[in-house]
Amino acid sequence: MIVDIEKLSVDYAGIKALEDVSFGIAEGDFLGIIGPNGAGKSTLFRCMLGLHTQYDGTIKFFGQNIKDSKKYLSQIGFVPQKPVIDKNFPATVREVVSMSQNSNDSKKVEEVLQKVWMHELADRRIGDLSVGQQQRIFIAKALVNSPRILILDEPVIGLDVYNQDLFFQILSELNIKEKISIIWSSHDLDAVERLANKVACLNKTLFFHGISQEFFSDDEMLKKYSETSMQMHMHHH
Amino acid sequence: MTFEAVSYESIPHALVSGIAISLLCSAIGLFLVLRKFSLFGDALAHSAFGGVAFGLFIGVYPIWIACAVAILSALGLTKIRQKFDISGDAIVAILLATGLGAGVILVSLADDLDMHDIEEFLFGAVVVDTTNVLQILVMSGIILVILFFTWKKFLYSTFSEEQAKVSGISVEKLNYLLIAMSGVTVVISMQLVGVLLVSALFVIPNVSAMLYARSFKQTVILSMSFAVSATVLGILMSYQFDIAQSGCIVLVAAAIFIGSLIAKGSGLVKTTGIMTKTR
Repeated sequence: MIVDIEKLSVDYAGIKALEDVSFGIAEGDFLGIIGPNGAGKSTLFRCMLGLHTQYDGTIKFFGQNIKDSKKYLSQIGFVPQKPVIDKNFPATVREVVSMSQNSNDSKKVEEVLQKVWMHELADRRIGDLSVGQQQRIFIAKALVNSPRILILDEPVIGLDVYNQDLFFQILSELNIKEKISIIWSSHDLDAVERLANKVACLNKTLFFHGISQEFFSDDEMLKKYSETSMQMHMHHH
Repeated sequence: MTFEAVSYESIPHALVSGIAISLLCSAIGLFLVLRKFSLFGDALAHSAFGGVAFGLFIGVYPIWIACAVAILSALGLTKIRQKFDISGDAIVAILLATGLGAGVILVSLADDLDMHDIEEFLFGAVVVDTTNVLQILVMSGIILVILFFTWKKFLYSTFSEEQAKVSGISVEKLNYLLIAMSGVTVVISMQLVGVLLVSALFVIPNVSAMLYARSFKQTVILSMSFAVSATVLGILMSYQFDIAQSGCIVLVAAAIFIGSLIAKGSGLVKTTGIMTKTR
């Protein structure tokens, strides 16, 4: 296992955000984390990325507890939810990708821009790009240090169907050709069924973790998921 | 009230120190402007004024006390901001008013204070002392070297603090370093343009550059060019017309900005910098 999460519980001012969540991720996995709004997906990611440290339980990356060392971060690429970019921020696409780079290898920047089909826009200002294009730049940025794991937090929210498909195609290629393990949270069950080989179903607690086909062929499980989603939806409204 | 104009003998000193200060203010100011913290330099300068007044009050060379006061008060308020959800502009206002308030009290308490010294810090003075020029060169050099080696990290944490943290950058330490460097920069620059005009050198050249530039590197080069031009022209104008140096520098910088706005707004210059709102 390259990621091991054991008995993770998070409490925000007395309200449970995550409770007793345990699962592992193997090298090469394409894990889709599904769950309704407020299920704790972003909280889980914030804990995994070291942005939220007030939790019970342990999170291990590559066998090491993340509270002991931040070195694991150099092997992780993170793509956030729809990026908020100041449209007047004076930086080109190339500068944005290379600002996260540990080395000064300009060839690597060109290479990752080609991977997301954005190399022709390398000298454009980041604020001049569409949201879909910016999101692809964020993948390139996440890839520039050759990570072993890519973590994506609902990355296609707000993208049109064309850009979503393009995005999924890129992720699939990265997983299959580059052997990068992917951990991806999403609302889109169809996309998860199509792309992910593993599924984790989260609603504060983990009520399924396993092979994607098992989840999607289990009518009881799908029914249970849609009921919980509906309950959460009603709760939010 | 006496405002200093540049004399013929002081031109070399004024130019050398002025150029070093402009380069420094432009570099540090860019990160403050991009972080929407444009008036932070002003706030630091006002709190430094409290330090200047304290130094003059107890009879100690005021520059270093001003430096310590500016940095400590900025660090203190940053800590408060981390603990309580207070907005950046409110913090700036608090820092600005408190420093000036403390300075005014100290000035009013000291009967034998030379008001000329106070005016020099409020409105700037012509640097004539060689030791002073050397101090400015060394301090500016140190900060510019630090920035040369760390600019990528500063740019990343300015672009997205959260993403920078995820890539393993120690954002909090960087923020403290920026505050400390801003404090030193403000205190050095106060000698050229004074407490009341310091933020002009931090902000105007950078915003002017952002009107034209597409990339970060272009912004840095343009901003530094504008800052140095404003300072050199301002100093020469001050000598030529026998008027206050600080005001000349700031007005030349403002003229560059207004000229840029006109050039951009009228479509005379077509670049990819900040867009006009009608587009």
